[in-house]
Amino acid sequence: MKRIEINPMTRLEGHGKISIFLDDTGNVENAFFQTVELRGYERFLRGMPIEEVPRTVSTICGVCRGVHYTASVKAADSVYNVEPTPTARKIRELFLNAHYVEDHCAILYALGFPDFVAGPTASPAVRNLIGLIEIVGVETGRIVLKKRRSAVRILEMLGGRPIHPVAALPGGWSKRVTEEERQEILALSQDLVELGQMTLQVFDDVVLKNKGYMELVLGDIYKVVCNYAGTVDDQNRVQYYDGTQRIINSKGEEIGRFQGKGYLDFIAERVLPWSYLKMPYLKKIGWQGVEDGEASSLYCVGPLARFNVGSGYDTPLAQEAYLKMREALGKDPVHNILVYHWARAVELLNAAEKVRQLAGDESITSDDIRAPLGEAVGEGVGIIEAVRGILIHHYKTDKRGIVEEANLIVATTHNKGPINVAVRRAAQSLIKDGKVDEGILNMVEMAYRPYDICLACATHTLPGRQPVQIDIYDSQGRNYQTLKNF
Amino acid sequence: MSDWKPNIIVFACNWCTYQGADLAGSLRYKYPSSINIVRVPCSGSIEAEYIVEALHKGADGVLVGGCHPGDCHYKEGNHKALRRFNLLHRLLVDMGVEPERVRLEWISGSEGKRFAQVMNEFDATIRKLGPSPNGRNGNA
Amino acid sequence: MPEKIKLAYLLAGGCAGCDMAVVDLSETLLDVLPHLDIVFWAPTVADVKYKDLEAMPDKSIDLGLVSGMIRLAEQEHMTRVMRRKCKALVALGACASLGGIPGMANMHTKKDIFDTAYFDTYSTDNPEGITPQTKCLVDGKYELTLPEFYENVRPISAVVEVDYFTGGCPPHHSFVGAALMAVLEGKLPPPGSWLTSGKAVCDVCSRNPGLKGQERELIKEVRRVVDGQPDQEKCLLQEGYICLGAVTQGDCNAQCPGVNIPCRGCGGPIPGVKDFGLRAVSAIAASMADEKLVDQIDCPAKLFYRYSLPSSILGGKLK
Ligand code: SF4
Ligand code: SF4
Ligand code: SF4
Ligand code: FES
Repeated sequence: MKRIEINPMTRLEGHGKISIFLDDTGNVENAFFQTVELRGYERFLRGMPIEEVPRTVSTICGVCRGVHYTASVKAADSVYNVEPTPTARKIRELFLNAHYVEDHCAILYALGFPDFVAGPTASPAVRNLIGLIEIVGVETGRIVLKKRRSAVRILEMLGGRPIHPVAALPGGWSKRVTEEERQEILALSQDLVELGQMTLQVFDDVVLKNKGYMELVLGDIYKVVCNYAGTVDDQNRVQYYDGTQRIINSKGEEIGRFQGKGYLDFIAERVLPWSYLKMPYLKKIGWQGVEDGEASSLYCVGPLARFNVGSGYDTPLAQEAYLKMREALGKDPVHNILVYHWARAVELLNAAEKVRQLAGDESITSDDIRAPLGEAVGEGVGIIEAVRGILIHHYKTDKRGIVEEANLIVATTHNKGPINVAVRRAAQSLIKDGKVDEGILNMVEMAYRPYDICLACATHTLPGRQPVQIDIYDSQGRNYQTLKNF
Repeated sequence: MSDWKPNIIVFACNWCTYQGADLAGSLRYKYPSSINIVRVPCSGSIEAEYIVEALHKGADGVLVGGCHPGDCHYKEGNHKALRRFNLLHRLLVDMGVEPERVRLEWISGSEGKRFAQVMNEFDATIRKLGPSPNGRNGNA
Repeated sequence: MPEKIKLAYLLAGGCAGCDMAVVDLSETLLDVLPHLDIVFWAPTVADVKYKDLEAMPDKSIDLGLVSGMIRLAEQEHMTRVMRRKCKALVALGACASLGGIPGMANMHTKKDIFDTAYFDTYSTDNPEGITPQTKCLVDGKYELTLPEFYENVRPISAVVEVDYFTGGCPPHHSFVGAALMAVLEGKLPPPGSWLTSGKAVCDVCSRNPGLKGQERELIKEVRRVVDGQPDQEKCLLQEGYICLGAVTQGDCNAQCPGVNIPCRGCGGPIPGVKDFGLRAVSAIAASMADEKLVDQIDCPAKLFYRYSLPSSILGGKLK
C-alpha cells in the first residue's frame, strides 16, 4: 500500500484527527487517532515559584477545572515534604468531589446521554446539549443546570473562583471555611445527591431498559481489551483525592501498585512521529505497539478503569448502584467502553455523597488550614484520580521552591493507545467494501466519546462534541473521503 | 554588517544630564553620532514603556540619564526612576535583552566631560554586542 | 431589545474555561437563549460546521465571541472568518484579549518546548530520538500529517480587528452575563474598548487602605504566600505579597484577594494601558521602600506577564 498523493494539510489543527486507511477491497487496514496540539506547560513552568503553579496549571483545561490544580498542590506539598493539615485535606477533598459532580454532570448530559436519548444514529443536529434539552424538556434541563450550579457555587466558595481556583497552597489552603459557609455547602450538597440519583434514574430508564441499546453497550464494536489503572484505598475501594494506584491486567489480575515517584517504574510515554501526544504504556510489559488483547501493554484510566480496578465505592448509595452494575456485568473486568457512562453516573452519586459527608463534619471549619513550611526538599510528585483518570504532576525545584523541571501525565494521555484501538475497531466494523457515510462518523465518534477525551488537557475541547476530522484513504493512498463534525 | 552603526537612545533629564550634554558640546568633547538624545523633564518621568518602545522600534541601546541622588529637581524623581529601572532591567534580562543594552546613569550639568566618556563607552559596548535581537528578527 | 440577536461563538486555542463560564451561567443561560439565535457555536452547542460558517454572508451575524489565543493556522483562519461574518467581534477572556497563560510559551523557543516534551521529561521513552513530524510514513506505508507548531502565541487582535475586549481567566460567569446583556441592550462603548466597569481590582478590594481612609505604606519586605499567612483584612501588597490589583481591571470583584491570594492580573490592564507588564513594573516599583527589594521578585517576566506576554510590546522573549 502506498500513498501517491499528499494532500495539503487540511485545516484541522488543535483538534483530533483520525486517518483511516483502506485496503484493495475497501475494508479498513489501519486507523490512527492523532492529537495535533502542544502547549508547552512543562517548559514554561520552569522558573516559577511552586506556589504559583497550581493556579497556572489549572489553565491546562477549563473543563477539568479542579484537577490539575489539586494534583499540582499535592506535588507542592511533597516539594516541601509536608502533609496538609487535616482541615486543609478535608477542604481539598470536598473541593475535588464537588468538581466531580459538576464535571460528570456536564459530560453525561452534554456528551453521553444525547447519543442514547436521541438515539445513536439520530442526526447530529439533535445529538447535542440543546437537542437534549428539547427532548427531555426545558424544565428538566433547568433542574439539571440548577443543581449543577450548586456544585459550581461550592467550587467558587472554596477555591475563590468558580474556574481556575486560587486558594490551594503547599501544606494547606489559603482561607478557612466559616460555619455559615459550611451550612450553605451542606444545603447545596443535598442538590448534588439528588442530581446523582436523578442521573442514575435517567440512565436506567433510557439505556438499561432499552434492549437495543444494551446490545450496543455489551456488543463487540465498542470493546477494547487492555490493562486498567486506578486509585483505591486499603480496602480497594475507588478513591479520588488520595490513595494507591493499582494496575490490573485484562483478566483482572493485579500487576502492581505504586504511589508517588513510583509511577516511573510502571509508566513510560512513547514518542510517536505522528502525534503531538505521547503514548504511555506499561513499562513492565514493554512496548507492544498500538494493539489491545491480553498481551497488550496499553492501559486505560477513567471511570471504567476505576470500576474494574476497585471493589466498590465508599458511600452507601453509590455502593448500592455498584452492586447492581456488577450483577448485570459480572465480576470480571468489563472491556465494553460504553459502560464508561454507567460508571460515570455512579461516580457522580458517589462524589455527591462525599460532598455531603464532608460538609456534615463540623471540624472542617477549624482554623488549622496551613502547615508550617520549611526549606523545600526539591522534588515532589502529586497524583490524584482526576475525573478522566490518573493525573500525575511531578516537579523538581531548588531549595526555595522555584521550579526547575516539570513532568505532567494527564488522563487523556494514558488513554491515547486504547482510544486509537477503539477508533480502529469501530472503523473496521463499520466500513465495509468502501462504503462510508456520515452515519459512520457518528458511530466512530461513539467509540472515543466514552473516554471523554479531554483533549483540552492535551489540547482543548468543550463539554460537547469532540471536533474530529476523519480522513479516509484508499489502497493507493488517495484521499477517498473526508468526514468532519465541525 | 561592517557598515552597521548602532542606534542609541538617550533619555536625558532636562535639569542635569541634558545640560551635561550641552556642556560637552560647547567644550567640544566628542561623542559618537549613534547617540540620539531625547530631552525629558526628569528621569522619573521615563515610563518603562518608553524604554521598551525604543528597543522595539530598533534602538540597540537605551540610556537613561538623571540627576545625582539628592539633586533631583522634583526631589524624589530619580529615586523612583532607580527602583523602576532596576525592576524593569530584571524583566528585560528575563526577556532576552542583554543587560548591557539598557543603562541608568547619574550625570550632572557640570559633567560635560563625563557625559562624553559615558557615551563613548556605551557606544563601544553596543558595538561589541552588535544589533539588538529585536532588530535581528523582528517582533513576534 | 431587538427580537433576536444572531450569535456565533468560536473557541480558538484556549482551555475551554471561558466556554465553561458561559455554561456556568446555568439557568440564566436558559433565560437568555430565547433572545439569541445561535448560528454557530463550534463545536458544542449548535451543530453548524466550519464550512457552513464560511458560507454565511459577510456581516450577517450580529455578535461573535472568540475565546482562546492563536497558535495554529486553523485558529487564525477561523478567527478571520468570524471577523468577516460578524458585525461586532468580542475577544472573550485573557487568552483572546492578551494571549493568556499559554502565552508564557513565548518565553521559550519551539525547540526548547519540543526538547522538554519529547526528550527531557522523566517518563518520556524515545529510543529513536524522534519528534513529531509534520509529515511521516508509518510502517513504510501510512502517510500521516500534523499541523505546524508556530513559533509564537498571539492574541486574536494580532490577526483581526477586535471591537470589544474582555478580561478574566475566565471572566466570571456573572460578568459574562452582564456583558451579554449590555450587548443585547445595545449599551456598548466605542469599538476597540474593553467591556469593563473601568475600576481596578484595588478599587473594589475590601483590603484597600485608601478605601478605609488610611495612607498606603511602602513595602519594606517582599514575601511569597509560602512565607506567611496574610492578615484577613490588610492590603496584601502592603504586607509584601506582590499583588497586581492596582493595574488590573476589577470586574472579578477582587476574588483572589478575597481568599488571601494576590491578584495576578487576569482581568487585563486598566483603561489606557498598552503594556500590562510594564505598567505593573512601574506600580510595584513605586510601592517599594527601596530599590534593592526588587531583586527579591522571582522570575519577573512570568509574574508581570502571567496573562499578557503575547500582547506586550516585545511579544515574548527575544530569541
Ligand atoms: S482565558 Fe483562561 S479560561 Fe479562558 S481560554 Fe484562556 S486559559 Fe482558558
Ligand atoms: S494591592 Fe491587592 S490586596 Fe491591596 S488593595 Fe489592591 S487588590 Fe487589594
Ligand atoms: S483578583 Fe486579579 S487574578 Fe484574581 S480574578 Fe481578579 S483580576 Fe484575576
Ligand atoms: S530632575 Fe533630573 S532626575 Fe529628576
